[in-house]
Amino acid sequence: MDNRTIAAISTALSEGGIGIIRISGGESFDIVNRIFRDKAGKASLLSFKTHSIHYGFIYDGDDLIDEVMVSVMKAPNTFTREDIVEINCHGGVLVCRKILELVLDKGAFLAEPGEFTKRAFLNGRIDLSRAEAVMDLISSKNSSALTNSVNMLRGRLYDRIRSLREKVLYEIAFIESALDDPEHISLDGYPEKFSKTVDEIYAEVMRLYDSFDKGRFIKEGINTVIVGKPNVGKSSLMNLLSGHERAIVTEIPGTTRDTIEEQINLGEVSLNLIDTAGIRETDDRVENIGVERARRFLDRSDLVLFTIDTSVPLTEEDRQIASLSAQKKVILVLNKSDREPVVSAEDVRDLIPGDPPVVRVSALEGTGVKKLTSVIREMFLSGNISSESEVYITSIRQASELKAVSESLDMVRKSLEEGLPEDFYSIDLNNAYSGLSRIIGEQVDDDLVNEIFSKFCMGK
Amino acid sequence: MSDISNNHLNIDTDVCVIGAGHAGCEAGLACARLGLDTYIFTVSIDSIALMPCNPNVGGSSKGHLVRELDALGGEMGKNIDKTFIQSKMLNVSKGPAVHSLRAQADKSEYSRSMRRVLEKEERLHVKQAEIVKILVNDGSITGVITNTGTTYHCKAAVIASGTYLKARCLCGESITYTGPSGLQAANSLSASLIENGIRLRRFKTGTPARMEGASLDYSKMEEQFGDERVVPFSFSTDPESVQKEQVSCWLTYTNEETHKIIRANLDRSPIYAGVIEGTGPRYCPSIEDKVVKFAEKERHQVFIEPEGLYTDEMYVGGMSSSLPEDVQLAMYRTVPGLENCRIVRNAYAIEYDCLESGQLKPTLELKAVSGLFSAGQFNGSSGYEEAAAQGLIAGINASMKIFGREPLVLDRSEAYIGVLIDDLVTKDNREPYRMMTSRAEYRLLLRQDNADLRLRGFGHDIGLVSDEVYGKTLQKEKMINEEIQRLKSTILGGDAVTQEFLASHGSALLRTGTSLAELMCRPELSYEELLPLDPGRPDLPSDVIEQVCIQIRYEGYLERQEIQVRQFKKTEKKLIPESIDYDDVPSLRIEARQKLKEFRPVSVGQASRLSGVTPADISVLLVYLEQYNRKTVD
Repeated sequence: MDNRTIAAISTALSEGGIGIIRISGGESFDIVNRIFRDKAGKASLLSFKTHSIHYGFIYDGDDLIDEVMVSVMKAPNTFTREDIVEINCHGGVLVCRKILELVLDKGAFLAEPGEFTKRAFLNGRIDLSRAEAVMDLISSKNSSALTNSVNMLRGRLYDRIRSLREKVLYEIAFIESALDDPEHISLDGYPEKFSKTVDEIYAEVMRLYDSFDKGRFIKEGINTVIVGKPNVGKSSLMNLLSGHERAIVTEIPGTTRDTIEEQINLGEVSLNLIDTAGIRETDDRVENIGVERARRFLDRSDLVLFTIDTSVPLTEEDRQIASLSAQKKVILVLNKSDREPVVSAEDVRDLIPGDPPVVRVSALEGTGVKKLTSVIREMFLSGNISSESEVYITSIRQASELKAVSESLDMVRKSLEEGLPEDFYSIDLNNAYSGLSRIIGEQVDDDLVNEIFSKFCMGK
Repeated sequence: MSDISNNHLNIDTDVCVIGAGHAGCEAGLACARLGLDTYIFTVSIDSIALMPCNPNVGGSSKGHLVRELDALGGEMGKNIDKTFIQSKMLNVSKGPAVHSLRAQADKSEYSRSMRRVLEKEERLHVKQAEIVKILVNDGSITGVITNTGTTYHCKAAVIASGTYLKARCLCGESITYTGPSGLQAANSLSASLIENGIRLRRFKTGTPARMEGASLDYSKMEEQFGDERVVPFSFSTDPESVQKEQVSCWLTYTNEETHKIIRANLDRSPIYAGVIEGTGPRYCPSIEDKVVKFAEKERHQVFIEPEGLYTDEMYVGGMSSSLPEDVQLAMYRTVPGLENCRIVRNAYAIEYDCLESGQLKPTLELKAVSGLFSAGQFNGSSGYEEAAAQGLIAGINASMKIFGREPLVLDRSEAYIGVLIDDLVTKDNREPYRMMTSRAEYRLLLRQDNADLRLRGFGHDIGLVSDEVYGKTLQKEKMINEEIQRLKSTILGGDAVTQEFLASHGSALLRTGTSLAELMCRPELSYEELLPLDPGRPDLPSDVIEQVCIQIRYEGYLERQEIQVRQFKKTEKKLIPESIDYDDVPSLRIEARQKLKEFRPVSVGQASRLSGVTPADISVLLVYLEQYNRKTVD
């Protein structure tokens, strides 16, 4: 397998902060020995105790580069199960890069994205669900995403799935034992009891599965589209959101050429606003109707901000947009609330079934964003999202396995309903069990290898 | 083909089978029927196909083995069809996967009938002799030597020594060094096997007492009848030929008094007193084990079964024991109906040498000695049916080896026999292995009713199933498929006759065109009941109709199971190159590395079933193989 020693800057590059260069592999100590000297002017990393940290300096030949702390971790009790050295330096981006170049110059190879994780996985240090969490950690965008990754890394997902899996196994074992030893293990009254257990397991699987959306919202943000007929104030809502003091706006190129997405980070909630360019342009172009926009972008959205001008009466166009949005999560945003209303909140609520939340904003006065944020949070991340005990599914692999598990459990319920003999439960229970096992890497098949290879971009 | 040198007889043959029990008989018959000159050796010619324990064949999952064996061309199914005295399809209230046939045998007739079959077989010779030594040259078997010094030179051999190797029987404090039923033990072969690098271990099993039938009071027991319409075991047996008068069995129960006596005397049981070193089966436990392990149970079932029509002796199923004679009598006499029982033969436990079965290839050939195969209780299994199934496979593969042909290895998705052998060769079995329904992951496909459809083709390829017999199976398959197609494509509309019929059967009326197959899936309707709506129905044999009904009624389940099988086959087909050096695979745990080096599994699937190899090890192995293959492609 890959025996190269690899190195990378393992902290975000920012001016002034501490940067860490991580080196992993059999030659880590040799490489760092060539550039590091302690106060006495000498050093042999190999002589240091494992998991110890040492003060000293990095030299390029005779030139002093930086004052550093060096952590020494010896195999196998390290993240990658290889020898690891971490150089903590102080000098900001340029010095960090300089030290990395030095390390590469002395024989290390630049690590590919996720390569430390890959080694941890390949060396049996972590299972796939943990490896996925590390990948999430690297790319997490906001504070709750970070917490979720850390939780998953600690094995919370692992533990939750494991306990579900044990419940399923218990039932499988019970049914099988009863088939093999009917004299001592009776199935009298079992279907009733079992039916309850299946419902419980099913509910928990669905909870985890539903958390996938939550997890995705936390990790990637909520895909949001602003709709409404022309001139209701879509662009001013847009400006209001992006201009809010807490919001950080980043422009991302859209998936189609004529759209622009912006990510607006409102603290714990991130919104990916779809087609912001469209909004900005359309308000000037009367011929571009709101219905068309709604139709184009509803598919891709998790959240519809349906903007309504309360100072003018509702029209057929409002109703059309409403009917298109009915299947989505909708917030009715009443704009221009600073003007005399001719439309009441009740009128607006009647537009969409299911009693969607209504939020009044005034783009002009800059009010209502706080309320809107809390409504969104309530809608998508209900419960206490900052709680450390919650676990969210964030990978598509996990989510699709959970979906399959729930379908298998559904089949079991169907067998129960149709009154089939107990031995028929086993096929679908076993499928559920396998699915749960695959999520936590307790069962591996060929597909997994392909996934690992694609996920970690492993070469030959 | 014999000559005398050094005052000893030398005889040339093709195959030597050591033992004439259920494994030995099947092995010997298979070899001879495939055209090889074959000798079967037994310590007593009167113990051919002996049933030293229970007087029945089949039962849950074991019935499946017998039917599979029959489909492949084995003898057990035919022999029990000739000699049964009661027959029953078990678990009929459950799904078709767990239906299982069990027949009470006339023990003596079963044994005699099998002896006649062996004797009639051309090229098959039965010889009363104890084999004391195997001859190995350059890692290959070359012959066996009898206790009288005669050498049989052979190209392959099958060990089917049952419980005879260094056997000793225990009945409380009394120990006798004999095989079952007081037959002579075989005390020399073990040493010869060990000399050739084969590792043995000790297992134990037990049998209950036999009673004088006249001493029992049947009025205190529940009578257990056979089925009104008997289904034969063998697919070749004419169903009409097995409709005959049957005898009854009887059910009674132990009680607190029984359990009290057992508990009070546990210290006199050789197992609990630590005298027995062998490991006993968990699934066929002695009454002592049941009382200890199911302490909360107030009673256990006791089946009183006739040993045959030739005798009044009755078998006491469910109460095997190694307690001393005085305790046995006291214990049995607490059971209703057994108050005045007189014991003909005492219950006893038997301990014997057998193989650590991880030393076998999936063909049942020993890895250590080329051409040496083994089967049955010697391989660490328990039960007549398990033994017979292995005997047949060992016989087939010994023959294939001699012919230079591909061996027959059935996988877990093809047969219970595949499950049995795979478990024996990959799992670390610490007690006698008994076939059980739960061991077969794909049991909905591996039903006893379709064993012919699954396996006749294999038997035909091997040469044990004639063209004529195989042709009948193909014909049956064709009829099944055509009838399913017909039922699926016969669409009923909402005409008055149909609606009236449905209404009268409490079934929902049709709103759109619906096929007969769809109607059959309604729990309130069946194939038979739908006859009035199906004027075009052909006249089909009952076994064809059975298959049609199962395949239509359970179609969704069968499909899901087939998907599981495809997934399973993927890892089975992921072969591990023979040249692999497990020391080169980084990060395998030490235990896994040892197991993999020792077993050298042929596929990732097999590797994943080895005891001591975890999923984490498999993922490491898969990743290694992927990289290995990518390199090799370059």
